[in-house]
This record gives sequence, structure tokens and C-alpha cells, in this order.
Amino acid sequence: MNGRDAVLGKIRQALGAGADKAARQAAVDQRLATAPRGVIPARGQLPDADRIAFFIEMAEKYNASVARAATADQVPAAIAEFLRAHNLPPNLRRGDDPRLAALPFDKTPNIEITTGASDGSDPVGLSHALAGVAESGTLVLTSGGDNPTTLNFLPDTHIVLVSASDIHGDYETAWDQIRGQFGKGALPRSVNWVTGPSRSADIEQTLLLGAHGPRRLHIIVVG
Amino acid sequence: MGVEITSPNFKANAREALDDNSLQKALGLTVEKGFIKKRRLAADALPEFEALRDAARDIKNHTLDHLDLYIEAFEKKVVENGGHVHFAEDAAAARQIALDICRKAGARTVTKGKSMITEEVGLNDFLQENGIVPIETDLGEYIIQLRGEHPSHIIAPAIHVNKAQVEAEFRRVHTALPPDRDLREPESLLAEARGILRDRFLAADVGVTGANFCVAETGTTIIVTNEGNGDLTQTLPRVHVVFASIEKIVPTLEDASQILRVLARSATGQDMSVYTTFSTGPKRPEDPDGPEEFHVILLDNGRSALLGTPFQEMLRCIRCGACMNHCPVYQAIGGHAYGWVYPGPIGSVLTPAVIGIEQSMHLPSASTFCGRCEGVCPMRIPLPKLMRLWRDKAHDEKVVPTAQRFGLGLWVLLARRPKLYHLAMSVGMPLLAAFAGSRGRFRSLPFAGGWTRHRDLPAPQGRTFQQQWRARRFGR
Ligand code: SF4
Repeated sequence: MNGRDAVLGKIRQALGAGADKAARQAAVDQRLATAPRGVIPARGQLPDADRIAFFIEMAEKYNASVARAATADQVPAAIAEFLRAHNLPPNLRRGDDPRLAALPFDKTPNIEITTGASDGSDPVGLSHALAGVAESGTLVLTSGGDNPTTLNFLPDTHIVLVSASDIHGDYETAWDQIRGQFGKGALPRSVNWVTGPSRSADIEQTLLLGAHGPRRLHIIVVG
Repeated sequence: MGVEITSPNFKANAREALDDNSLQKALGLTVEKGFIKKRRLAADALPEFEALRDAARDIKNHTLDHLDLYIEAFEKKVVENGGHVHFAEDAAAARQIALDICRKAGARTVTKGKSMITEEVGLNDFLQENGIVPIETDLGEYIIQLRGEHPSHIIAPAIHVNKAQVEAEFRRVHTALPPDRDLREPESLLAEARGILRDRFLAADVGVTGANFCVAETGTTIIVTNEGNGDLTQTLPRVHVVFASIEKIVPTLEDASQILRVLARSATGQDMSVYTTFSTGPKRPEDPDGPEEFHVILLDNGRSALLGTPFQEMLRCIRCGACMNHCPVYQAIGGHAYGWVYPGPIGSVLTPAVIGIEQSMHLPSASTFCGRCEGVCPMRIPLPKLMRLWRDKAHDEKVVPTAQRFGLGLWVLLARRPKLYHLAMSVGMPLLAAFAGSRGRFRSLPFAGGWTRHRDLPAPQGRTFQQQWRARRFGR
């Protein structure tokens, strides 16, 4: 008997699963199809203005820095200012996300931009998040040529743009957005929830930022 | 083969731990001041926390009752997305499957994200014996791998190690390290490890991670980390192998989100861990990065035998570590004394199921039955009840020594005669409280040397349960 039949056989036997197969299967199919939402904390259901403020509050609680830009046109200047303030090299690496490609970096000529996945040599990664989740200050990033996953983890500094209109109260609304984009039951290869910069407390419970991933996470809320 | 089991020597292990000053210092520093307070703050800050615990429990109960079907659904989705699912009945099968994947990939080095299940099956030693170098990348796991140890806590594996010991280990192994480099502080130790491990990530052929959840709806595996090491482990190498035990399945992304809301809060007091990563199959044609192969090894190793029994409740465990953080026994002796992979209350219930009660009969007894573990378990697992069940089993199967059987027999005698029991207890309780002094714990107790030699007994508060119950209920 192969491993699969053996393991599934033992499970079925232990559960006494037999006669009621159809009813059990129906219960499973129904849950998979309807994906009930469960308990949504009140803090995940704030009205628009409070929601963005709460997202920022939570992101900052987890050591991200947050700036706002009223329009995409203001983003390059906001990035230049952030880089200068932290003495960071003006070299950004980004994917093909059209929203990033359209940013008018011609007014900040000293910023050099390269595109593609990271091989670990880039000081600063630039990504566009698919969404934000206010209840924990979490960014939702998705893999692909638009925003390669390696940019989320290899550069020392990660700058992430998120549209104000994509900041949801709860995770469930972010899943709805993803299902709307990728289809029910389908996900991009990698969905990354990111809540603050990388950290470790493995040595004597001392909290340190920048374990293996970025030391700095800077979020720019656009709109 | 697999992890060495020292659970039969629990008593000697515990005594050694109590006498180990640096361990005692580490435990005092971390467990009492760190995790407990952080969890309480996080739980108090979320009014829905208790309701989420109920929801999390119900989701897992439903899933376990339909586990075969959800596994099939998960498998189907993984395959649809171009991945592979392998089933392993036991540790040996799981190791062999992993080795075969590594061999086929021509792997020389394997990076590893933190995974208790690979500890359980003894993957590292096995790969090493077969000429493949496993490299732990979680900072704590890396430290204990260098020291040739096993984790002493499921989420803080190096909780027993102090910074001077870490420095000594780095100086021993990182031979290119200049002797004048200052490594006295955690910051510099972290920077050193980060530099060394960066190269390892980029050079590895295969990345092995665990899984906190497997989502049937989408064929997705989820890992939760703070460091980002798990993500580099699974994104950079050509092949990603996920080790998951069968009970990690949840139906939908919504279900996973419910349980994620209680996981980090219970573990570290964060609202959400830094990185929660949902992986679905290998790299797609349009992806510039990610693994070319995606394998999930689903491990049974004794778990299916718990289904349909009272121990099924244990399979709700999400390995948050809260039960051990709050356990007076764990706080006193740390994790290694338990003698196998999973320490603390969760280990006392799970270990007998996997390695057998004959080898681990002391573990379910290593409890003061104070109930704190159940009080904080996000999945509402009745840990004390399950420990008691193992004790009964050990007693029935006559693996318990005669003296202890006699002691329990005496208790049964009392318990069956309420009047006698009340009398014995109402006389005994105030006496015990008086003995304990201000510390509230006994380090020794007449007639109970077998107990207090290895653990402190929390002092009763001076009234019996029945007295308190009557007082509450009837205002007396
Ligand atoms: S038994 Fe409960 S408290 Fe302990 S690790 Fe598992 S889920 Fe956490």
C-alpha cells in the first residue's frame, strides 16, 4: 500500500467515516464554496478616514515609518526625502508594476532606478502593495513580474506604496480583492503579509530589527 | 534513528535543569517577564479575542472531523498548481521522501526555515549522514545547531542560551571572524549571523520549511515568521519542500485568517507576525523569482490514531507556545528536560502519542494541574484533562511504578467518599498554605519528596475548591 492510501485509510478508519460519505462531502464542499467569514474585530470595521489613520498607527506600532502622498506625482519627492533623511544610497530596484513605472522620477534626477528581481546586492527595494489591512497595519504584497518577491526580503530597506483606496479594515476584505483579481480558489504563487520590518528576539529576548529581511520598512500611502 | 529520546530520564533531567544556574537565569529573564505579559496585553487589547478563540476551536474541530476530505481537496489544488504532495506514514518515510527530492535536485546544501516537524523526524542528522548539509537559518535554530542541541522552546528555540555562549559559538565556528570584532551585544551577534547566512541562502539548492497551515481551498501552505528567514529559504533555492503534519489543514483563507488572529497574540503578543506568507505551487511562467519545484510532505506519525479519541483535541494545536510559557513546571526546568521534541504541556500530551507512554510516563505527571495552560491555549485544548487521561492509561497499562499506583489508589479511595475527602482536604489545605510561606510555592514537602524534589508545588490559597465554590455560589 502506498503512503497516500495508508494515511488516508487510517484517518477514515479512525473517524469512522463510511456510510455518511455524501453528507460529509457536502459539508466540505459547502465550506470551501462559501468561505464563511467568522468573527471580525470591530477595529477591522472602521469607517474610511479612521481606517487609514488606524492602519498608519498600527504600522508605526510595528516599527514601519509611514508617509502620505496626495497623488502619485508627489511620490518621487517623498522617496528622495526619505532616502536623504536616512543617508541611504539613491539606488532603487523595482518590478514592472505600471503604477511604479509611471512615477515621474524625472524631477529627482539623482535617483537611479533598475528593474527586476533582486540578487541581494540592492540597497533599496521599491514595491507596490496590492492592499493594506488596518487591523494590524499589515501590507499585502503579491508575487509576479510586477513586484518580485525577492524585493520584499533581500534589500536592506524596503519602500512600499499602497493606494489609500486599497487599505481595508480586515484581512477578509483583502481576500475578496484578491479573489476578484485572480479568481475564486486561485492565488498568485506568493502572497506576503508584511507587518513591520524583519525582527528577531532570539538572543536573550532582546528585540532587534533587521534579522534576515529588511531593517527598514517605509510605507507611502498614496491618495 | 531520529531525535534521541531522554524522556524516561525526566526526573534526572529536571534535577539537572534546576541546578543549572545559567538556564535558571535565562528562564527567569525570558518566560516570566517576556511572553506572559506580552500575551496578556495583546489579548486585553482585542475585545473579540475570546470569541476568536471559540471560532478557532470550532474551525479545527470541523476540519478534523472531515480531515480525509480536506486533505484530498488540498492535494488536488496543490497538483493543479503544479506542485506535489507526498504522504508519509512515519518519520522514516518522511525523511526518505525528503532525501529523494534532494538527491534528484543534486543538492549539496539545504537551507531550513524553523520547523518542529523536521525536528520530530530527525531530518538534519539524516541528511548529514547522506552527504547533504542542512543549514538552519532562524537565528535561534542556527545557534542551537552550532551547539549541537535541539530547541528548548517551540517558538524561541535558543531561549536557554545566553549571549556570551552565542559569542563563544560564533568565534569557534566562524573562523574568518577577526578576533578584535566586538561581539558582546545581541546587535553585533545578529549582524554576524545575518552576514554568514546570507551567503548560505543564495548558495542552497533546496529550501525546507514547515507550515503553520495548509489551506484546502487553494492548495496553499502558510508560514509565519518574524525574521524573514523562512521566506528567503523558500524563495531563493530551486526547490521548496514543505513539511507539514496532517492536522495543519484548514478549509479556507478565511478560516486561516481567524486562527492567525489568535496565533501571534498568544505566542509573542504581536497583533500579527512580521511575515505571514501564503505559498501556492512553484514559480509561474511570468514569475521572475521563486522555486521551480514545490513539494509538500504530509506527515502522519501517530496523529491519525488520535482521531476519534479524546486526544483528537490535541490536533487543534497551532504550536504557539503559550502553554509552556505559562507552565510553572516549564518555567522551572526549561524544555530540554522533557527529553523529546515538544516540551511543556503540549509535549506532555503529544509525546506519549508519538513515542509511546512507556517511554514518556513521567511527562503527563510533570504537572501541577494548575490549569494555566488551558486558560491561555488559543485553541482551547483541555491540556490538564488530556494529561490526566494519559496518566490513567499509564496506570491501566501498569507502566506506573507500584508506589505511585498506591498513591493514586489512596486518592481514588478518598475521592469516592466525599465526606472523607472534604475532611482530608479541609484539614490539609490551610496546613499546606501555612507551610508555603510568602513564595506561594513549595520546594520541599514532607511525605511528598517524590514531587517536590523535581518541582515546586504551588501552594493552595487556603480554601478547598468546594469551599470556594460554595462561597461563590451561595455567597458563603
Ligand atoms: S497546546 Fe495550545 S497553547 Fe500549547 S502550543 Fe498548542 S495551541 Fe499553543
